[in-house]
Amino acid sequence: MKVSENWLREWVNPSISSDDLVAQITLAGLEVDEVLPVASAFSGVVVGEIISAEPHPNADKLQVCQVSDGIEAFQVVCGAPNARAGIKIPFAKIGAVLGADFKIKKAKLRQVESFGMLCSASELGLSDDHDGIMELPSSAKVGEDFRAFLGLDDQIIDVDLTPNRSDCLSVAGLAREVGVLNKTDVTPVNVIPAQVVIDDTFSVRVDAADACPRYLGRVVRGVDVSAQTPLWMVEKLRRSGIRSIDPIVDITNFVMLELGQPMHAFDLANLSGSVVVRMATAGEKITLLDGQDIALREDTLLIADEKAPLAIAGVMGGKGSGVNEETKDIFLESAFFTPLALAGKARSYGLHTDSSHRFERGVDATLQERAIERATALVVEIAGGQVGPITHAVNEASLPEAAVVTLRRKKLDQYLAMSIDKDLVTDILTRLGLEMIEVTDEAWLTKAPSHRFDIAIEADLIEEVARIYGYDNLPSSMPQAAVNFTPLSETKAQIQVLRSILVSQGYQEAVTYSFIDPVLSKQFLPEIEPVPLANPISADMGVMRPSLVPGLVRAYLHNQNRQQSRVRLFETGRRFIGSVDALDKLDQQQQISGLIAGSRDAEAWYHNSEKVDFYDLKAHVEALFALNDGGKPSYEPSNCVFLHPGRSADIFVEGKFVGVMGELHPQLSKELGINQPLYVFDIALSAVLQASLPEYKAVSKFPEVRRDLALLVDRAVAVSELEKVILSSAGDALKSVLVFDVYQGQGIDETKKSVALGLTWQHPSHTLSDEEVNNSVEQTVAALFDQLGAVVRG
Amino acid sequence: MENLKQILADALSAVAASESESALDDVRVHYLGKKGALTTLLKQLGSVSAEDRPKFGQLVNEAKGQVQEKITERKTALAKAALNAKLATETIDVSLSGKGQEVGGLHPVTRTMERIETFFRGIGFDVAEGPEIEDDYHNFEALNIPAHHPARAMQDTFYFNPTTVLRTHTSPVQVRTMETTQPPIRIICPGRVYRCDSDQTHTPMFHQVEGLLIDENISFADLKGILQQFLNVFFEDDLKVRFRPSYFPFTEPSIEVDIMRTNSKGEESWLEVLGCGMVHPKVLEMSGIDSEKYTGFAFGMGVERFAMLRYKVEDLRMFFENDLRFLKQFK
Repeated sequence: MKVSENWLREWVNPSISSDDLVAQITLAGLEVDEVLPVASAFSGVVVGEIISAEPHPNADKLQVCQVSDGIEAFQVVCGAPNARAGIKIPFAKIGAVLGADFKIKKAKLRQVESFGMLCSASELGLSDDHDGIMELPSSAKVGEDFRAFLGLDDQIIDVDLTPNRSDCLSVAGLAREVGVLNKTDVTPVNVIPAQVVIDDTFSVRVDAADACPRYLGRVVRGVDVSAQTPLWMVEKLRRSGIRSIDPIVDITNFVMLELGQPMHAFDLANLSGSVVVRMATAGEKITLLDGQDIALREDTLLIADEKAPLAIAGVMGGKGSGVNEETKDIFLESAFFTPLALAGKARSYGLHTDSSHRFERGVDATLQERAIERATALVVEIAGGQVGPITHAVNEASLPEAAVVTLRRKKLDQYLAMSIDKDLVTDILTRLGLEMIEVTDEAWLTKAPSHRFDIAIEADLIEEVARIYGYDNLPSSMPQAAVNFTPLSETKAQIQVLRSILVSQGYQEAVTYSFIDPVLSKQFLPEIEPVPLANPISADMGVMRPSLVPGLVRAYLHNQNRQQSRVRLFETGRRFIGSVDALDKLDQQQQISGLIAGSRDAEAWYHNSEKVDFYDLKAHVEALFALNDGGKPSYEPSNCVFLHPGRSADIFVEGKFVGVMGELHPQLSKELGINQPLYVFDIALSAVLQASLPEYKAVSKFPEVRRDLALLVDRAVAVSELEKVILSSAGDALKSVLVFDVYQGQGIDETKKSVALGLTWQHPSHTLSDEEVNNSVEQTVAALFDQLGAVVRG
Repeated sequence: MENLKQILADALSAVAASESESALDDVRVHYLGKKGALTTLLKQLGSVSAEDRPKFGQLVNEAKGQVQEKITERKTALAKAALNAKLATETIDVSLSGKGQEVGGLHPVTRTMERIETFFRGIGFDVAEGPEIEDDYHNFEALNIPAHHPARAMQDTFYFNPTTVLRTHTSPVQVRTMETTQPPIRIICPGRVYRCDSDQTHTPMFHQVEGLLIDENISFADLKGILQQFLNVFFEDDLKVRFRPSYFPFTEPSIEVDIMRTNSKGEESWLEVLGCGMVHPKVLEMSGIDSEKYTGFAFGMGVERFAMLRYKVEDLRMFFENDLRFLKQFK
């Protein structure tokens, strides 16, 4: 809410500087967003009067005016079409300064001398309006300094109010708050009820009494809508960001800003039968003031007459029923609509108005009569008219009840860790408008004022006391609670360790969006229906990622397009598979995924241009599983659709599928414009977080024996199969098997490959004899032949 | 006797003059070998008078010992010189880079999150996590954000259907913890959160760390104390901090915390870094905690904002572009 400081000070005027006032409001929880000047920092401008305006001898669009400053007349050449004799205008005399570099000097325009400038509102920083020069009321005193005339030594305070503080959406509300903070009395505007001179009323029927507990209406006949809104009101509205329209609309806006009651004025001639406050019927149509045609829903509260909707209650009036140039008689509305009835309604039609903003948050339900009287008085003062009596339609039962809340001394002290003096607490609450029903040493029994919708429980009162006392004045300490330590698990690895493993392998951690392009999702996982967002930020962020890989590949492309060819990225985060219809069954599993591409090492002096391959990635994956000495993973050829069918693996731990790894499918790579092979892994985080607690086994004192075997076996046989057979047939003393060469190609059968393995035996309690080892080797060779057709190379 | 002195002198100078192991060997053979000069002298022992014999024998043996010692010394010196000469030829350029992987780095968001976690773990907070696709109840209802609240507006929240959302904060994790645990509770909830908003200063996804402490007699003073300490520790600075009233549906009183920043021109201004407050009694009750017995506080912070302040990152969107030239700045 924007408000002029001078206006606020008309209501409450503590003797503190503007800066202190702003800081004080902010620290009371009414955050000041910014403080703005009400006009440019100009000087040397006075109220002038055009005495005569003659056509310029050498230019069609210019006029030569004689302008008085009250003492003497000056010749001024002016291009504004509305410059004419008799009007009063802002007159920048020679020597006036309008902007940082704009000083008014004597000038010659098409051979005619000009002594000064007649100003438009935009030239003075008053508005964007530069349609001609600004016309001032005839009552303006010629020669008066223009800043003094408009009261421009003022500033606009823009307060960003939290949704609970609707009571401050008015000058009256802000003044009340400033009064409490400074213990200064507030001078409210004196509202004198208008004299009722006619009997005319217009009947009001409230069908939706729960949504509209109070509706006040009043007929004023014979108003002059062509009357000028007084400049003081135009200026106050302008400083709150509202444009002047016509005197009636200006008055309803002014009362809203001043007291906080949104109002509406109808043209009585356009109302038929009676005003009916009711819920809309589905599909009912209304054309709003802004020209929009809207089809209504039945949850929408309407102001209608016997024929048609007139307005969306508390949101916006209709086009056909409002005040216009022809209006003679008006029907003023001042109503209380419940916050619940209006909550979200404006937004649901794409609307947001000053009125809906206030009603949704809560308007004081006792304010309507005061507001309609204030508005009536202003109408009569500015636009004349004969006032009729107020029509009240009230449903007492639906009016909000004032909350009765007890604040206990014990609770207050415990919350704030200090004891605030009883009288001070009473004073703070009283000034905030709370009624003290009973005050004892143990408690305050209070009743909340009708403007405070946010006070309902004890904690609310504690907040009020703390807020006014000042959060910065409250003590600070460290909590004394006993700390319960949880056992330090060693079988669940810290994610930090896994990240370090990858970082030490040259990976940079990435963070990609959890939502991706549905097209990309289909490209990677055509059989998975990704979870779609109902209101995505854009189409290419339309679905939740079913895998982290597409996002990483996109990140790779971003870097490929920026000449980065050696890329190592990893990410941890959730993937989403399933349906939101059964949230407990939706898979939101945490994954750890990585991507590598380009040369194995960064380009360097030792000629290492070799590109990464599957086995580089494998080493990284194995490193992630290294913490778990128990359930080593196994790798089986994968059918993963986004991976190369011959260069990809499914990863299993203890028979359970935990992830995939391999080369990105070349076809997909090509479609995406990737210019080199990419290798990716995507593994359930829980699988790699599984660690084992090391358990000591005695180290044998006896020597190791190693024998090497060179085997010829079908290419299709995985080396892991050979290892499995060896492990099961080479005896208990076998300590390890390693593969030290794999060869296929020239010199051997093209369906075969040669695998060289090193077997190491060591016995815990004696030195192995040659015979023992030879026996083991023979058994192993036999088993390899029997089970896998492997033969020892001659 | 004179002869012995001469031979010894000759032998020692021959040792000193030897430039190789083989030359030394020759010297050894020449003086100490079977037919060597000193060996020969010993053989002549018989021709010496019986009176002088022991003395002469001792002198010759001493001379032999001395020569042998010098030969060994010289041999060691020659070997050392030879090794030095060889090593000198093997000199490399130590300024060249090492072989193998460069070390990568953590994302600045993770780095920041770990910094935050380290502080709170140190004072006894556990880390809790939860789902990102949440039901309406845990994201809003249980946090005292009823259906009509402005925070429920479509433009802020990503919806899947009217009752399923992408969590807009990590508070649902707090709710889930309160539902299953009785106080004392000390947790922090780091993670991704989502808001339907995208411009210069907003990304539709960002990270939060929220915290919750519930126990008997927890006060506003404890909240101020912990958060002031945290900010000083995180920024390694004795910061000017201000606590300002605000509004969140799930806390009462609610507070925003500002820190004083000084720009390059030396101008000071307040910057909001944290939202917090005493947990609303309704929120405690809804999750089955006795609000008469227990009080607590909750706080929440945007990780990106802390990362931006800490590492002077100017553009929020850089965090999610995954540009290596950006990421590699965080080693």
